[in-house]
Amino acid sequence: MSAKIVTVTSGKGGVGKTTAIASLGIALASLGQKVVCIDGDIGLRNLDVIMGLENRIVYDIVDVVEGRCRLKQAMIRDKRVPGLFLIPAAQTRDKNALSPSDMIRLGNELRAEVDWVLIDSPAGIERGFKNSIAAADRVLVLTNPEVSAVRDADRVIGILEAEEKGSPDLIINRLNYDMVQKGEMLSTDDVLDLLAVNLIGVVPEDKSVLVAANQGMPVSLNKDSRAGQAFRNIAMRLTGKDVPFMDLEEKGGFWNRLSKLTGGN
Amino acid sequence: MPISSLIQIKGLRDGILISLGAGDWDYIQALLFTQIDERSAFFTGAKLALDVGTRTLRVAELTKVRDELSERDISLWAVVSESPKTVNTAQLLGLATRISKQRPNEMPREKVAEKSKGDGALWVQKTLRSGARVSYAGSIVVMGDVNPGAEIVAGGNILVWGRLRGSVHAGADVDGQKPAQNADAFVCALTMTPSRLQIASEIRNPVEDGKSPKAVKVFYKDDKFHAEAW
Repeated sequence: MSAKIVTVTSGKGGVGKTTAIASLGIALASLGQKVVCIDGDIGLRNLDVIMGLENRIVYDIVDVVEGRCRLKQAMIRDKRVPGLFLIPAAQTRDKNALSPSDMIRLGNELRAEVDWVLIDSPAGIERGFKNSIAAADRVLVLTNPEVSAVRDADRVIGILEAEEKGSPDLIINRLNYDMVQKGEMLSTDDVLDLLAVNLIGVVPEDKSVLVAANQGMPVSLNKDSRAGQAFRNIAMRLTGKDVPFMDLEEKGGFWNRLSKLTGGN
Repeated sequence: MPISSLIQIKGLRDGILISLGAGDWDYIQALLFTQIDERSAFFTGAKLALDVGTRTLRVAELTKVRDELSERDISLWAVVSESPKTVNTAQLLGLATRISKQRPNEMPREKVAEKSKGDGALWVQKTLRSGARVSYAGSIVVMGDVNPGAEIVAGGNILVWGRLRGSVHAGADVDGQKPAQNADAFVCALTMTPSRLQIASEIRNPVEDGKSPKAVKVFYKDDKFHAEAW
């Protein structure tokens, strides 16, 4: 096996990177792929909580790098989906516990073991961010349809281009279709107009994401969640499948459109 | 050649300046890291500026040096060079390209003045994203957009073959050298919606020139800003 290493980053915090990693990890594993999710947010780890694996942590990524355990010992198997693993961050250390070359070494070691390595980047553009993109073959920039998040995404894309990481793919998270219709939120086109990169997915705003995160059940496990479906689509696009973008109109888009056509409300 | 003439180390008010002599880049780099490792106690935690002379360095080369330095807990904050290409690369990486103290073997001032007359404009063939800063003693031509949060400072004119949404300063006193400021400088863009526009010392209040689909040239004359079709 030769894994693809994918980093999700955003610049701004709180836009949904960790949720995206957990959801994409589950979605890829559900497609029969072997996946390792790495929490790159040393000192502020969250991915273990979102994935519901918090109380199974024995070793973490810093233990691996500093030689206190073997790589496989730090890989926590997610029992819900075969082929999904988590390497948690250390909570009692900080970003300087790792260096970009540590990440490259770790990435190369994992390449032989799995199909996908998904790295959750911390917010910001400092050491933690540099670490998390060091080994990446491909970077997904996540943003929300709001001006400040898009500015930060633009900054991050600029840095990625300067580091010759190639042009990243964009995920727009938490898009509220009704608000876009009313002109209260940036639309997909507004965001792409500024960022001018390839769009790999649009995830609608969905309450089930928060519920799922609090329960440690990533949203892509929920078959009825629209956000979950959006993440499953992104996972398929990552594997090279051509999946059409979903209709973001709220609830039963078909009936809404039908009633609009017939002049009803 | 003795090492001391290839690698000169100087203290600055706010860090260390290392000037690298001419020669094979891999060799010089190896020498640099040997020097640093020999005196690691001195260098650890330092803020470092590198003067690479006339050398043209690519992004990969600069990032490699920066990463290796950061492994040694040394932060590279500036790269000084006489090559516009290297300066450009350093700026793209968010590094400073000027240091407050005067450089020992500075470019003759006449040369800078010549450049601001228009020859040797800096050609930027990409979109400048938020956080990118390009400054040059002569004119600057951007083939791409200038996004909000990006900044262009030119001693001469600024031409943007795209949407201008960031901050621009034409006719600026780039190197803190005479001739300072050029009020005859102008700014052109296909879509003119800068977050800030300055010519020499005059700052223009934001005006929605972007409403018109035409490309606009902005210049300063008779104590007023003027905009005309470009």
